[in-house]
Amino acid sequence: MTNLLEVENLTVKFPTRNGMFEAVRDISFSLGRERLGIVGESGSGKSITGRSILRLIRRPGILEATRIALEGEDLLKKSEREMRKIRGHKISMVMQDPKFSLNPVMRIGDQICEAYRLHAKASKAEAREKSIKMLEAVLIRDPERVFNAYPHEMSGGMGQRIMIAMMLIPDPQILIADEPTSALDVTVQKEVLEIMDKLVRERGMGLIFISHDLNVVSAFCDRVLIMYAGRIVETCQADKLHEAKHPYTRGLLNSLPQLEHPVDRLAVLQRDDAWQTAPSVSGTLEADH
Amino acid sequence: MGFGRIAFTVAITMIGLLFITFIIGRVMPIDPVLSIVGESASKSTYDEAYRQLGLDKPVIVQFLYFLWDVVRGDFGESLLTARPVLDDLIRVFPATLELATVGTIIGVTLGVPLGVIAAVKQGTWIDHIARVVALIGYSMPVFWIGLIGLLVFYGKLGWIGGPGRLDIFYVDIIPTVTGMILIDSLLAGDTDVFWNAVSHIILPAGLLAYYSLAYISRMTRSFMLEQLDQEYITTARVKGLSEHAVVWRHALGNVKVPLITVIALSYAGLLEGSVLTETIFSWPGIGLYITTALLSADMNAVLGGTVVVGLVFVCLNIFSDLLYKYFDPRSK
Repeated sequence: MTNLLEVENLTVKFPTRNGMFEAVRDISFSLGRERLGIVGESGSGKSITGRSILRLIRRPGILEATRIALEGEDLLKKSEREMRKIRGHKISMVMQDPKFSLNPVMRIGDQICEAYRLHAKASKAEAREKSIKMLEAVLIRDPERVFNAYPHEMSGGMGQRIMIAMMLIPDPQILIADEPTSALDVTVQKEVLEIMDKLVRERGMGLIFISHDLNVVSAFCDRVLIMYAGRIVETCQADKLHEAKHPYTRGLLNSLPQLEHPVDRLAVLQRDDAWQTAPSVSGTLEADH
Repeated sequence: MGFGRIAFTVAITMIGLLFITFIIGRVMPIDPVLSIVGESASKSTYDEAYRQLGLDKPVIVQFLYFLWDVVRGDFGESLLTARPVLDDLIRVFPATLELATVGTIIGVTLGVPLGVIAAVKQGTWIDHIARVVALIGYSMPVFWIGLIGLLVFYGKLGWIGGPGRLDIFYVDIIPTVTGMILIDSLLAGDTDVFWNAVSHIILPAGLLAYYSLAYISRMTRSFMLEQLDQEYITTARVKGLSEHAVVWRHALGNVKVPLITVIALSYAGLLEGSVLTETIFSWPGIGLYITTALLSADMNAVLGGTVVVGLVFVCLNIFSDLLYKYFDPRSK
């Protein structure tokens, strides 16, 4: 079995007044039909990595890589027109805050139907039926009403379910979830994650879960990449995250409060300049994994 | 906003407007009596006219009389034309309305796409050209560009009609229904008159359009840039939509809302009557009418014209509010 996605030597640069800023520096990883977590602090390059896979780095950003292959097909060799057939259809993405990621002046139903009809030849009525089924699948109780509603009438949790419905309706193989629960209340976070998890499993999709929340990632993912300053500093099985060895990962873990072991003062992360220059760890799976 | 509230807002605004114009009219160092009776009139004639105009009464009473007259549609007689001001307004306003409407239609159909394209191609030569075009529109005085336009297209090339609304041979052929010759000629089925009117309106309307295009395209560009940075645009791209759909469906859909106000304001500005344009093109519109009246101390005409301009502003504001509600689901 080949991997769903293989990224080799990805670098993303942005020209600034003080020269090139490398947001992502020469990282390689792969994704099987699994849930891959990418963790890191703000500015570590995790979101940029997600967007690179869709080739949605906006100018003046520069994306360079030896290969970004979806089921063996190199996405870098595709034209923009061909890429549009990949986006949504094969690889999709759920973003952080549904308040901003849904178009405020379009009805929710129209936005979902648009996503569906872009990649499937379907009549309006079929698209409507399918959209309502999809809204049911993300456990929205009153799908007809939501279909005709506008985004501002929805709560954050509902909005994120709608986003998930909209992004999964063309049946993609990979879903990139870029901090999908960071903007939500803690109580709603779990619900949304469970819905997403269920749908991703049922469809046998690959999931890239980008987050800064170590607890959520270790509970939710199979494998984790830890990013720092645009590089992957460590990779491990999610359930073995507490055994992580890299001082940065250790520092992050130690700075979290733990219910079972209360401490007076949480440890402060001590940064080491050497982390920035150390080469990236490979996050690639063996093909026969 | 219910109908009652709209009516209330309009009434308050209009009374305020009438009061201010009335007071300004009274405190101006213009003697309305003198401009009626002439300088060589005797004292008794002067006093008689003074009383007839009601100027011996307190100012507030005068204002109430004035208000009552306005409500009945009586603005008095114009000193200059010796006809009721209302009749004059009915004659001159459609000319301005026609000019401003054609100008705004051209300005919007060209200005909005120009602004959108400038935003999408931000920083490229297309954006720079759009900026220069708008800058010229802002800064070239109409009395210069209008005269040059007449000189070139009417005087030298003879492509268009000259000043005025029609060639002299076409005047008064068709019955007046709306007062807008483009519409009246079509109603009468007279295409000769229609095309002649088009040849006359095209240059002044084009100039007004250029000015409103300059404003509308710059505003569209900045609204678009703001929207194109929003997260839902990324969502649209993630879905696999073409740039065309992302820009014209998703981003422009959101720009429509603030753009309504901009267009309405620019339209209202043109409806006030562009004095310079109307003067250069001998366009018998409301701008020309009010200016002429002002220069000859014809206060009835000035007050009447002001009321019309104010009413137009208020109506357009209400109209844009309604459109706003229609296009923005969040304001319902």
